[in-house]
Amino acid sequence: MSIATVFEIVLAAVVLGLALWTIAVRETYSATVGFVAYGLLVSLIWVRLDAVDVALTEAAIGGGLGGVVLLGAAARLRATETTTAESRMVRLGAAILSAATAAALAVAILLLPDPAPTLAPAAVANASATSLANPVTNVLMAFRGMDTMLEKVVLLLAIVGVWSLASDQAWGGRPGPRHEADPNGVLAFLARLLPPAGIVIGIYILWTGADHPGGAFQGGAVLASMWLLVIMAGLADTPAASSRPLRLVLIAGPGLFLLVGLGGLCFGSAFLAYPIAFAKPLILGVEIAMLLTIAATLALLLAGAPERSMQR
Amino acid sequence: MSFAGDIVTIVSVSAGAFFFLAGTVGLLRFPDTLTRLHALTKADTLGLGFVVLGLLPQAASLRDGLKLISIWLLALLAGATVSQLIARSARQSGSVR
Amino acid sequence: MSAVTVFGLSAAAAVGLGLYGLITNTQPLRKIIAFNLLGSGVFLLFGIIGRRGAAAGFGNDPVPQALVITGIVVAFSATALAIALLLQLYQTAGSTTLQSGAQRTGSRADPAGD
Repeated sequence: MSIATVFEIVLAAVVLGLALWTIAVRETYSATVGFVAYGLLVSLIWVRLDAVDVALTEAAIGGGLGGVVLLGAAARLRATETTTAESRMVRLGAAILSAATAAALAVAILLLPDPAPTLAPAAVANASATSLANPVTNVLMAFRGMDTMLEKVVLLLAIVGVWSLASDQAWGGRPGPRHEADPNGVLAFLARLLPPAGIVIGIYILWTGADHPGGAFQGGAVLASMWLLVIMAGLADTPAASSRPLRLVLIAGPGLFLLVGLGGLCFGSAFLAYPIAFAKPLILGVEIAMLLTIAATLALLLAGAPERSMQR
Repeated sequence: MSFAGDIVTIVSVSAGAFFFLAGTVGLLRFPDTLTRLHALTKADTLGLGFVVLGLLPQAASLRDGLKLISIWLLALLAGATVSQLIARSARQSGSVR
Repeated sequence: MSAVTVFGLSAAAAVGLGLYGLITNTQPLRKIIAFNLLGSGVFLLFGIIGRRGAAAGFGNDPVPQALVITGIVVAFSATALAIALLLQLYQTAGSTTLQSGAQRTGSRADPAGD
């Protein structure tokens, strides 16, 4: 048993222990903290599985932004801690069902076919169509581009859903309270110092996603967190939901993707077909629009429903 | 060079792991929020610095080494700021004098 | 005991734990957390399948990785929407319980005509 295997067993044990603690602990706030730690350790598991792009996404979106939205909700819902639990019968039934599901999945894992079916050779064989070196970016933007475009639409639907929860007075207004922080304090200092570096890092992650692990989602998450930091320090206010430039940014990603797809239909062979000569510039152009849309959408999803009306 | 580099890596990463352990012991054993924050922030940042120092000989190029150092600096900035904010809010909430 | 086996079994356990938490936790926020746990276990199963499909010079099959990246983003947006709905419920009804008449420790008065 090599050292790597021992490390993996320890990592898996810690992750499962954290998952169990998250489910079993009494306070909701502690469960949230446990879940954030769980997400960050799971991204270590992704690195061990040689899926670095997924590890970046899990750390940035699953652990980072997901943790922020859950912590914010747990803080606002502190008054609703309840001590009622489900009846013994429900808990017993749930335990049996969960154990059966986990056992079935474990058996399926142990009985997976050998040799394993894989699409990696197909991805390599067709990589010349886009001249990008990162195979995951190839799959996301070219081979399964339809999925990514529809995912942008899902993000748009989520933000429409969140905004539709505004009350009548606050319709089209600014999400969240106006944050006030001491302008000479530590948070304002961080919000002035970190965002320039963070923006460069976010754009770099997008740019390097063409050939190395990275991409629009991970870079967009970093940009979104920089914007949120500036908002939370009170250096900028959340934009109004009815602002036209904001709405243009939100539809830029899926819109450009759709236009490129229709262009492929008109001038090429199929929907979302890239001409080989222009594949890389087209993909990078779509990714830049996607970066802006993802950053704006993720930040606004965290800001919540509009609470302050525009007439103020 | 690579043997000396490996020795530096092993010693530094072990020192880093020891400091992380010390920080965690401080988190568990110290009596209140401020002392725990102090132990955690100082020891963890120093431990991360040692780990980065140990990884520098293994870096593939100068640029990768600079990226590692910038990771440590960003973690330093974030850790210091967050511990200040937590300490301030702990004092305001009245849990410390 | 390869990485695939170790992480595959822990992914199956995470799915089981998430399912248990989803059913038995009474608070909606805990249910959302358990749902995310369940989702992360499923994504790990995709990662296991991808790891087993390592070929042609890659350590992990790129197609399941792309699916998981899409899945993580969609799961986050669903969580954000669910939390916005939950906060709106709390603001309107004064409690987050899904059962009427259940014990709650909130300090708001009952909305009239509930």
